[in-house]
Amino acid sequence: MAKKEYAFYPGCSSQKGASASNYLVSVESMCQSLDIKMTQIPDWNCCGASVSYAEAGELPRHVMNARNFALSEQNLPERDIVATCAACWLGARESKERLEHSSVLMTDTNTALKEAGLNLKVIPEVRHMVEVLIEDLGYEELASHVKKPLEGMKIAGYVGCQTNRPFGILGESFENPMYLDKLIETVGAEATKYDQKVTCCGGALAFSEPEKAQAQIKDIIESAYDSGAEMLVTPCPLCQANTEVYQGQINKKYGTKFNMPVLYYSQLMVLAYGGSAKDAGLNGQVIRARTLEEFASK
Amino acid sequence: MSDMNQQMTAKYKNNFLKEIEEQAEMGDWVKMCMQCGVCSGSCPTNFHPGWDHPPQEIFMLIRAGKRDEVLNSQSMWMCTSCYNCYVRCPRKIPITHIMHGIAEYAYRIGRAPKNQPTLHLSQTFWNNCTKNGRVNEVQLTQTLYFKDGIADGIKKAMAMQAAALGLVKAGRLNPMEALGGGHKCKDIKGIHAMLAKAKELEAKRKGRTA
Repeated sequence: MAKKEYAFYPGCSSQKGASASNYLVSVESMCQSLDIKMTQIPDWNCCGASVSYAEAGELPRHVMNARNFALSEQNLPERDIVATCAACWLGARESKERLEHSSVLMTDTNTALKEAGLNLKVIPEVRHMVEVLIEDLGYEELASHVKKPLEGMKIAGYVGCQTNRPFGILGESFENPMYLDKLIETVGAEATKYDQKVTCCGGALAFSEPEKAQAQIKDIIESAYDSGAEMLVTPCPLCQANTEVYQGQINKKYGTKFNMPVLYYSQLMVLAYGGSAKDAGLNGQVIRARTLEEFASK
Repeated sequence: MSDMNQQMTAKYKNNFLKEIEEQAEMGDWVKMCMQCGVCSGSCPTNFHPGWDHPPQEIFMLIRAGKRDEVLNSQSMWMCTSCYNCYVRCPRKIPITHIMHGIAEYAYRIGRAPKNQPTLHLSQTFWNNCTKNGRVNEVQLTQTLYFKDGIADGIKKAMAMQAAALGLVKAGRLNPMEALGGGHKCKDIKGIHAMLAKAKELEAKRKGRTA
């Protein structure tokens, strides 16, 4: 039997062929090394993300998350739900909080869920993957699996917004959360100090207000370079995509020469645990992580 | 002026604060603002053009009854959902949600700014993810790029060509999704019925039934 078991909510971007598919590849490999069993919530649906607020309104957004809660309770009773995507985690946790706080919203939610043949009584705990790593396993346990430390690598931990605000990771400050730096150090690399650690990448507005978002992304990458970092690491699929795929356009607009790989924490862990480049999903990088590719082949 | 807007103007007369308190998500928090301005200084979009009024000013305008100025404002639509204002507010006002709530209400009664790109994104995203229960990223991107016509769409797509090709090569963008493939929930029928009911209940609770 696996050491820890959870109800897994991978989210849309983690699916095969989607923008964070390499995140899922690395998480699966990481969980195997750590003996964590993740069972997908059957027929889970999109959380609605943050930006749907105008078209969705309030109740329909909560009902989308409530359907996942009900399916989880029905099929995987008493297990915590674990999301790998920061926005899925935030959206689902927010819905949990609102529904538990308001009997009106809860009653209406159940009236709507009935249309899909579902009923919600107890809402499971909703957690982010990094909470599981830090709180249920702990840094020591995570370090004990390291076979190949990422010695000499300088990495900027880009926490961004949605794993940090408004809920955050237990015991961390909103202004200078340390958990990502600690994860970087756990795998043997050096976490650089830079001042844009919790700056917003623009989120969904990278689509609708690209110039504003790219100005923010430029600040983040520039600051990471200034700190001596050779790559960025993040816990969020949208942060990852935004800070990676727009570097080319930023270079054109601002005359910069950015070419910084952007990784997930799980990819670093897989490599430190002795996994291959494929296990870590390194083939999913738009900006190739050459140092890590060489490291994996050694 | 839309019917819904007339209906709400008649209902609340000149009491715009009450209108926001009852109609906008978390709107009942607006009166708690003490005008310190921490939210304004914390907003990442504060440093870029297109910013009419920071949250603090929006709250004061609501209390001053400046209905048109608030509902027509671009400000709420600039929110990136970073929650900086939310965690820094000394009165613990859920500012991010109020910004979303005012934007949603302005849109619902037909008073949001015309051609607002983030409003268009919000509509596109929600319609995309609720159609099959999960997001189809290729169709989402196509709809966003081609919103201003074919020529503009091709221009934007060309500008993003290198990035898009990079994603396809990296296995993170599946061109087949454009043809209606992609990931789907099994119980799409149930999801649609559930959402229709939720929409109906929300309109009823807020007295927005036409």
